Amino acid sequence: MDLFEYQGKQYFARYGIPVSPGAVADTVDEAVAAAEQVGYPVVVKAQVQVGGRGKAGGIKLANNADEVRFHAGNILGMDIKGHIVRRLWIERASDIKKEYYASFTLDRSKKKFLGMLSAQGGVDIEEVAKKDPSAIAIIYVDPVDGLSEAVCRQWVQEAKLDAEAVEGAVDLLLKLYDCFSKGDCDLAEINPLILTPAGKVHALDAKVTLDDSAEPRHPEWEEFKGLRQMDAREKLAAEKGLQYVGLEGSVGIIANGAGLAMATVDIVNQVGGKPANFLDIGGGANAEVMVNALTVINEDPNVNAIFINIFGGITRCDEVAKGIVEAMNRVALRAPIVARLDGTNATEGRAILTANASERLIMMPDMLNAAKRAVAIAEGK
Amino acid sequence: MAIWLDENSRVVVQGLTGSQGRFYGLRNRAYGTKIVAGTNPKKAGTDVEGIPIFASVREAVEKEGANVAFVIVPEMMAAAAVMEAAAAGVPFIVCVTEHIPMHDQAKLFNQLKRDYPTTRLLGPNCAGILSPGKANIGFTPAEVSKPGGPVGIVSRSGTLAYQALYELTESGIGQTTCVGIGGDPVPGTSFIDALAAFEADPETQAIVMIGEIGGSAEEEAAEYIVQSGLKKPVVAYIAGQSAPPGKRMGHAGAITSGNKGTAKGKMAALTAAGALVASNPTEIGALVKQALGR
Repeated sequence: MDLFEYQGKQYFARYGIPVSPGAVADTVDEAVAAAEQVGYPVVVKAQVQVGGRGKAGGIKLANNADEVRFHAGNILGMDIKGHIVRRLWIERASDIKKEYYASFTLDRSKKKFLGMLSAQGGVDIEEVAKKDPSAIAIIYVDPVDGLSEAVCRQWVQEAKLDAEAVEGAVDLLLKLYDCFSKGDCDLAEINPLILTPAGKVHALDAKVTLDDSAEPRHPEWEEFKGLRQMDAREKLAAEKGLQYVGLEGSVGIIANGAGLAMATVDIVNQVGGKPANFLDIGGGANAEVMVNALTVINEDPNVNAIFINIFGGITRCDEVAKGIVEAMNRVALRAPIVARLDGTNATEGRAILTANASERLIMMPDMLNAAKRAVAIAEGK
Repeated sequence: MAIWLDENSRVVVQGLTGSQGRFYGLRNRAYGTKIVAGTNPKKAGTDVEGIPIFASVREAVEKEGANVAFVIVPEMMAAAAVMEAAAAGVPFIVCVTEHIPMHDQAKLFNQLKRDYPTTRLLGPNCAGILSPGKANIGFTPAEVSKPGGPVGIVSRSGTLAYQALYELTESGIGQTTCVGIGGDPVPGTSFIDALAAFEADPETQAIVMIGEIGGSAEEEAAEYIVQSGLKKPVVAYIAGQSAPPGKRMGHAGAITSGNKGTAKGKMAALTAAGALVASNPTEIGALVKQALGR
């Protein structure tokens, strides 16, 4: 789960990481009230999960209520790279002497945690990485040992942060690691991490991705869930617990396992069709899950054919077949189904489909021909 | 021959008394796998369809000679279950459990490497391992496989491994072992481990490798193929060629991964390493025939 900046800062604050005081606002009036409470000057910041907010005009300084009113009015509803701004974060403006960069994430090939720290933070950190990789100090942290103060201090020295920033940076980075590990983050990133003229080090931005698998041990994550941006189809799928990604085409796709679902999207493209979605019903799907999947696909007005591609392992093909038949009885499906079943209990599953076969339910023996058939139907051939 | 699992493997199932563990444990036994024990401290002394339940893996090792552990327990218990099996001296552990938190996986991997460096963990979140005609652990539907070799399969995705088995069997080509390494961030066994094991297995003559977008494991495998001078031909498929570019957050991924992670980049790396790269899974049979000179 990706957090918005203000949520990331709230999460940082739980672990003692210094952040600027601020408040959220969903309307212009709320923005003014937030600014009065926080104290001028303030920064009005668009809350969208996409980079380049500042360049798009989504971050503005305001010195009084009129300026807040003006900027909040402009930014609310703004479209930043396809993300509509629905919420603002109003925070006390900071004096900036220096901008640094800091992050922790998993290095998948080394299987250790990767810490990156640079004295050249700010908007162009990716450029810095390309042009002058030595400007980014890197450490690998063994997850069993964690990050010690001594190692952290040496890391800060290698990154050549300003002398007056060293103590504050060591303290903040240890807390950031704590947040990353105890807080079950996939990514904890601060860009920029700032040094103020008063010699304080603090987080001016927050990019946090939480590990969804760790949710059972983090009841406090509940508050982060409200504002996720999804289209109507994705929302319905999420409610039904399905892995769904909306696409633009006309062939609805249901498969089991992320790998097979991706391969199904690929093969529909390769035979000249346009997938309407990626939908993984997961392992061990039963009839009910298939009914839900078909209900979600049926919400998409662009779908002209539905390709169900199942290779049973944990999933049993007879359960899938029962779900297909049940869904056809319960829901008026907008498009015909082309189904291909193999693997666990495929014989039983195919028998169920054969008994119910029609122009609306077509069974194909293999993946390639099933894809071709589904595409032909979707294109009206 | 086969890699890591064969007719002499004696398997203890951690989670045999749960509904999933029971279903797959018994299904694997019905295939011929020697399922010799289950564990559950609260049900020690009972049995599941004749399979004795012990309080600990150590007891299963001592009394039944278990030398493989099949971990099929809930996600918050899985890391501890793997460590228990390793501490009991089990050299090969298959963990199918899904949704183990990333930080737990990372700790588990590094702890295992430190305390039990010779122990092999397969998974987590993998489909399991099948040596056709010999033994099966996990979810793989063995009925679509064909015993006798000569092809080894290694796949991140479970369902695509099944698809590969099916394509080969339909083409009249048998398999030595089909390994699911799982798609989680910190897998215990990598593509490279499987490639090395298949290279060393005299019965395996060609290797099918199935990857997917994300991470850099496929690029590393390509590098390994070149650097190790791998002699056996590799047929590869990468899923996600037309996946929409995922939105990414922050810069850490971009700074570290560069061009790695895309299907295009992975396919190019494997092609450059001499692998035959399929554009979809239904091409696997024909490409393997070509690789075997049939």
